[in-house]
Amino acid sequence: MGTTLAEKVWNAHVVRRGEDGAPDLLYIDLHMIHEVTSPQAFEGLRLAGRQPRRPDLTIATEDHNTPTLNIDLPIADPTSRLQIDTLRDNAHEFGLRLHSLGDADQGIVHVVGPQLGLTMPGLTVVCGDSHTSTHGAFGALAFGIGTSEVEHVLATQTLPLRPFKTMAVNVTGRLRDPVTAKDIILAVIAKIGTGGGQGYVLEYRGPAIEALSMEGRMTICNMSIEAGARAGMVAPDEVTFEYLKGRPHAPQGRDWDQAVAYWRTLKTDADAVFDAEVTIDANALEPFVTWGTNPGQGLPLSASVPDPDEAADDEERLAILGALEYMGLRPGTPLKEVRVDTVFLGSCTNGRIEDLRAAAAIVNGQVKADGVRMLVVPGSARVRIQAEKEGLDQVFKAFGAEWRNAGCSMCLGMNPDQLAPGERAASTSNRNFEGRQGKGGRTHLVSPVVAAATAIRGTLSSPLDLADRVDLADRVDGADQAVQTDSGRKPEKGA
Amino acid sequence: MERFTTHTGIGVPLRRSNVDTDQIIPAVYLKRITKTGFEDGLFSAWRADSQFVLNQPAYRAGSVLVAGPDFGTGSSREHAVWALRDYGFKAVLSVRFADIFRGNAGKQGLLAAQVTQDVIEQLWKVLEAEPGTAVTVDLVETQVRCGELAAPFEIDPYTRWRLMEGLDDIGLTLRHEADIAAFEAGRESWRPTTLPAKHLPDAPVAPARPG
Repeated sequence: MGTTLAEKVWNAHVVRRGEDGAPDLLYIDLHMIHEVTSPQAFEGLRLAGRQPRRPDLTIATEDHNTPTLNIDLPIADPTSRLQIDTLRDNAHEFGLRLHSLGDADQGIVHVVGPQLGLTMPGLTVVCGDSHTSTHGAFGALAFGIGTSEVEHVLATQTLPLRPFKTMAVNVTGRLRDPVTAKDIILAVIAKIGTGGGQGYVLEYRGPAIEALSMEGRMTICNMSIEAGARAGMVAPDEVTFEYLKGRPHAPQGRDWDQAVAYWRTLKTDADAVFDAEVTIDANALEPFVTWGTNPGQGLPLSASVPDPDEAADDEERLAILGALEYMGLRPGTPLKEVRVDTVFLGSCTNGRIEDLRAAAAIVNGQVKADGVRMLVVPGSARVRIQAEKEGLDQVFKAFGAEWRNAGCSMCLGMNPDQLAPGERAASTSNRNFEGRQGKGGRTHLVSPVVAAATAIRGTLSSPLDLADRVDLADRVDGADQAVQTDSGRKPEKGA
Repeated sequence: MERFTTHTGIGVPLRRSNVDTDQIIPAVYLKRITKTGFEDGLFSAWRADSQFVLNQPAYRAGSVLVAGPDFGTGSSREHAVWALRDYGFKAVLSVRFADIFRGNAGKQGLLAAQVTQDVIEQLWKVLEAEPGTAVTVDLVETQVRCGELAAPFEIDPYTRWRLMEGLDDIGLTLRHEADIAAFEAGRESWRPTTLPAKHLPDAPVAPARPG
């Protein structure tokens, strides 16, 4: 019997098979670090008198705490400043590469790795951050770890791990504008639930996945953790190689040829069997939005707020009741009538150049709804520089949005970018948990184009709801060539 | 790490499913650089409500948390485990745990014991009817006991062994240093290294300003 993509990458990294129920010991190719989950790991190293085994397989950036305004001034919050300073001290003491605030390679760790060409097919990639699953878009086995494991990887460049089960997520058909990669993954999570992926590595496959750009694939793999899976993967193909070629750390010359030859073998064998399979029809998808307080509580934008009395069982009824109370929503309200205060465009899910381009194309020449605040936070300094080169910053500013420096920002509100209690946001980030974006803040997860349309109308909206996009709606019904280009592969530039 | 064999303490019924790590400890408490003292952040949003279970005197000294399904989902923050541990919890019972949370718990001596939802419901009933009732979590027998109730729980044998021996993971791995060195020797040259650092051309990063 053949093996799956995940199993191939796993098997290529086994240092030692576990005996008597012990886990396998896996070698880690790339270890990424940020300031929040690392201080206690470095402290552990110091206490034990240990050194990082492979500083040359380790890279750190500052992202969670960094302000997105006045980055040339001292960080105002003393606790944030302490955490950043601690990372700087640790990187210096242990000889690790760090991209600090103000550096052109600073940004969200999951945006920085791919843009430097460090993320490649067939690697094992870890970071003390659950959205490490992002890197699986390249056909790497990439997953989030806790701080004790960060210390373990620093000290040994390995992790003791138990094999995962594998799940195929088949996405058939093709996306129709304005449906995006974000809507695919929100639909997957709504279908299998926040615990549906527990213990699995998800492999996203099928024509709708193959048609996605690398950035779209990253958006999907990024949110695998929201379905409970530690990792998500896409088999590498020409789109992957094209994205990587020429990036600073991509292999060159003979190394490149050898790497590509190996990468072409990284796909699930035809006779391999997954432990589970789920299928989503991209043709049937609409823009998706969450209404509740976990990412599985999502619906097509054309739907209405669910009614607890129509729940399947008591547990679900209570979960809906609790979520609606927190979210301040009434059963039966059309989602498109839900008014927002803030629109957040950014995060490791949707803070890349294509996300900014897609949103800018919609707000270009439009007027922002009264009373709505829009924050645009590029995922990395490079994304920001590229966007400025393309004039996207001017489009957002003319629209009335705030153009910020790079970081995690309002995705989790560790820096000053937070929602006020009761404030409601349409957010392109990944978690709508209670208080995630600020104490008492209410989050609706959406795609960048839905975020943009929402900023124009002031209520949760699809780009198809905008008056001058009616012609596009007609074209979508005809599903013509122009639309395919819109939602299909796009050339990767810069960033 | 302390050895864990059996623990008996007050059971705390937490009637919620999908308790994510943002609820266990919000991001605002993650700015510390120490590894202890996170008890004040535990369930901080919910503890603002005087009716919350941990605010009721009978449960305040609880050490065995009995939670709904899918406990510990979301962010990988190990601070969630530290907060539970620092508060005084020794064990969490649930029908399902998020993978990262379960891994983190095992490394900090917090027992994440999987039981059936039926056992959870029975425990909830007892603990709510008689607040302050003790629950025993016996790792030797892999059994949870409370009054008349005695039910098995699941934990993977390796984590159980490590908890019972109180063993440090890094020390265990370093016993195999020779295997790691041998593996490294065969690492292909196309695989990336972060050093020496390579960059795109340097470019100035303009600071964004308010307004």
